[in-house]
Amino acid sequence: MSDAADTPVLRARGLRKDYGKGEGAVRAVDGVDLDIRAGETVAVMGPSGCGKSTLLQLLGGLDRPTGGEVSLNGRRIDDIGERALARMRRTGVSFVFQAFHLMEELTAVENVELPALLAGRSPRAARRRAEELLERVGLADRARFLPSALSGGQRQRVAVARALSNEPSVVLADEPTGNLDSAATLDVLNLFESLHASGQTLVVVTHDARIAATADRMLSMRDGALVDETRLSGGTTGRLGALVGLED
Amino acid sequence: MGRILLVGRLAVRDLRRRRVETVLLLLAIMAATTTLTLGLVMREAANDPYQSTRGATNGPDVVAGSAVNPGGRPTELSGLAELAGAPGVVDHSGPYPVTPAELQASGRTSDVQVMGRDSAPAPVDQPEVTQGGWVSDGGVVVESAFANALDVRVGDPVTLGGRSFEVIGVAVTAAVTPYPETSCLVAAGCASGATPEELSGLPAGVLKNPGLVWVTQADARSLSPDPGSLSYVMNLKLADPAEAQAFAEANTRESRGAPRLESWVDIREEATESAADAQILLLFGAWLLGLLAVASVSVLVGGRMADQTRRVGLLKAVGGTPSLVAAALLAEYVLVAVVAAAAGLAAGSLTAPLLAEAGAGLIGRAGTPPMTMSTVVSVTAVALGVAVVATFVPAVRAARSSTVGALAGSARPPRRSGRLIAISARLPVPLLLGLRVAARRPRRVLLNVVGVAVTVSGIYVALILDAFLAADPLAAGVDEAQAGWLRQVLLVVMVTLFALAAVNVVFITWATALDNRRSSALARALGATPGQVSVALAVAQLLPALAGAVLGVFPGGFALFHAINAITGGDGDRVTLPPLWQLLAVVSATVLVVAALTAVPARLGGRRPVTETLRAELA
Ligand SMILES: Nc1ncnc2c1ncn2[C@@H]1O[C@H](COP(=O)(O)OP(=O)(O)OP(=O)(O)O)[C@@H](O)[C@H]1O
Ligand SMILES: [Mg+2]
Repeated sequence: MSDAADTPVLRARGLRKDYGKGEGAVRAVDGVDLDIRAGETVAVMGPSGCGKSTLLQLLGGLDRPTGGEVSLNGRRIDDIGERALARMRRTGVSFVFQAFHLMEELTAVENVELPALLAGRSPRAARRRAEELLERVGLADRARFLPSALSGGQRQRVAVARALSNEPSVVLADEPTGNLDSAATLDVLNLFESLHASGQTLVVVTHDARIAATADRMLSMRDGALVDETRLSGGTTGRLGALVGLED
Repeated sequence: MGRILLVGRLAVRDLRRRRVETVLLLLAIMAATTTLTLGLVMREAANDPYQSTRGATNGPDVVAGSAVNPGGRPTELSGLAELAGAPGVVDHSGPYPVTPAELQASGRTSDVQVMGRDSAPAPVDQPEVTQGGWVSDGGVVVESAFANALDVRVGDPVTLGGRSFEVIGVAVTAAVTPYPETSCLVAAGCASGATPEELSGLPAGVLKNPGLVWVTQADARSLSPDPGSLSYVMNLKLADPAEAQAFAEANTRESRGAPRLESWVDIREEATESAADAQILLLFGAWLLGLLAVASVSVLVGGRMADQTRRVGLLKAVGGTPSLVAAALLAEYVLVAVVAAAAGLAAGSLTAPLLAEAGAGLIGRAGTPPMTMSTVVSVTAVALGVAVVATFVPAVRAARSSTVGALAGSARPPRRSGRLIAISARLPVPLLLGLRVAARRPRRVLLNVVGVAVTVSGIYVALILDAFLAADPLAAGVDEAQAGWLRQVLLVVMVTLFALAAVNVVFITWATALDNRRSSALARALGATPGQVSVALAVAQLLPALAGAVLGVFPGGFALFHAINAITGGDGDRVTLPPLWQLLAVVSATVLVVAALTAVPARLGGRRPVTETLRAELA
């Protein structure tokens, strides 16, 4: 293997995040060391409040750590300016949120093309790419729908398509199925499987064992620290689906 | 009791939760109440200044003057004496001698009519002293408008008919119209309110724009070159003031030397003519400010209501009744309105005397206009009215809304304009985001345009009037001092207008920033820089500001000027409209000022922590 392939996409060392000061201070993330390699799918699990969301925000540069380092593709992102962070977010990382966070007044395809437009792509190229992505998530026929006219599962698939708009090095998903029922969860699960298969690097925070089971590795988090790592020999949806009882 | 306490606590908590908004809401309503107070107080002062002066000075119903007396024969007083005994006359003062003279004060010279009065108060027409005291030997009391025009004050030395006097008082009267339209009391005749060209063609002896001063009778007689040149004036009080006009007509004789009679109705007509202009300025100022206040309060309430929907849902979910919810919402705005009314009344009544005093001469009124109960009630009622009307419907609607619906989302989902979204896709990122921010709230954009247009048309008219008054006050029908005062009124109206407009712009930007918290955070999560988001928020204000500024110049200001002109019966042709460069300057200055005003809220809006906002969405 070459050096480039060895460089982790995401790398965290001694990562720490405190909220508040003095007596009421909360250490949400406490000394996390982490390497995410290209093409890998990593699941993060843990009880509520253990710091999973915070960790994800630090990894994606949405928030700044109190201490420690984060690097994306070998470049530090914990100490760069807001503007550089924004540029990094355009192509380096993208997010999938539990609450979808689509723009209500934009149609599905307009939502998906937005990151490309923000990154300065031509409107035509952005639109073409958005349509491709909607096709890929199985929503080509819903491209002109407003989010309010889509089901939860469809909205989350639009959000995933949007996250892929600029071909990011890594997609960070925070409980992407937290608001979905099991049928919609299965749709998203399938989608993540296909992303995994296509080599997309993915970090998923989840409470759902079925999602976690699709990962290459599963990290357990407690009180802000990673306490356990499980390597899964994960493969296809078929096996997994059967394993976790989603398919007959 | 517990219910009221709860409503009060909910209201106060919510106001404290959004401090900046509360302060801006307070400022916007306060600007409106201040202007309203000012307008009401000034209206009272300017409405019928003559009437109040008449009351304060026990003004005459009819003024009788000895007629032109050719040949220099001693004036016959018999005619005046007869009038004093005429049926219907219940009281009189005088006859008082009047002589023409020349007055020099602080390097300026003016013709004057000098009236000799008693030191003791007269039963009819006792001029009301606004500064200093009443006549005594060696002292001059100057009519208020004339004193303003000459810029003389109590204590100033003046020369009257070549002799030195000291100004010992300034007073107003209802028996003589104020400077520069001063009634003519002397036999030689006067040219009042005349322009320089008109004055140059006058025969010698005629007084040019004479003012009025009062001295003791002894001084007046000694100032007259010979007793024959004295004229006399007598003030009559009738049993029925409404009969004054008829009395004057009935007692006017065609014979030479018979006294000339003028009723208080005629005097009032002449006296209030110049005050009407000031009234119209205030009226228009109040109108503009009212429009602006409505625009800002609408934005305020609309913005807050959207924000409160979820809170309403929560309240109802934990068992709040619809009436409790409505009461909590109403209480908030009523609270703000009461504070704003009080602050507005205080600020207005502090400012009004400054304006009124400066205009005392012009409006011929004594003293500070009083803060009447009706002003207090009106201002409070309007503030409460604005709050209740703006809140009532949304409050009831919110209270009635389904709890689930309210919990689930925003009251006012953003608008979608497909075409704008498509067009904006072709633009650079800040413009793309800015256009979409604007498109989300078309009503707010409209209010923004209206607000800026109102302000700019005010500025446009102010520019024209100010230049006109500064360049050629006499052509405008006023003297220099009056022009100065009108310009001052103009300035106050404009400063208030500007302040309210500024609050409005800041607030709209702030409301936009709040409203776009989520989409701003989202845009940043998707890769927009804080700078781009800030610029977008500012662009969303600048586009309407530009449109508003252009519309404010034309047709706004243009129409407003012609409306004022038509109402005042002014001669618009004598006014030069601002040159193109000035209009362009106004438009670009407006955009620059708006840019400066939006900078801080837009910057704050662009820098809000992304994670907190997105996390709040989950709550
Ligand atoms: N903005 C904040 N201010 C203060 N404390 C915070 C903030 N955000 C998170 N915390 C605290 O940090 C800790 C970790 O929060 P985090 O949201 O990362 O947990 P989580 O593992 O994602 O929980 P969940 O599974 O419920 O989403 C919690 O104790 C939380 O109270
Ligand atoms: Mg979380």
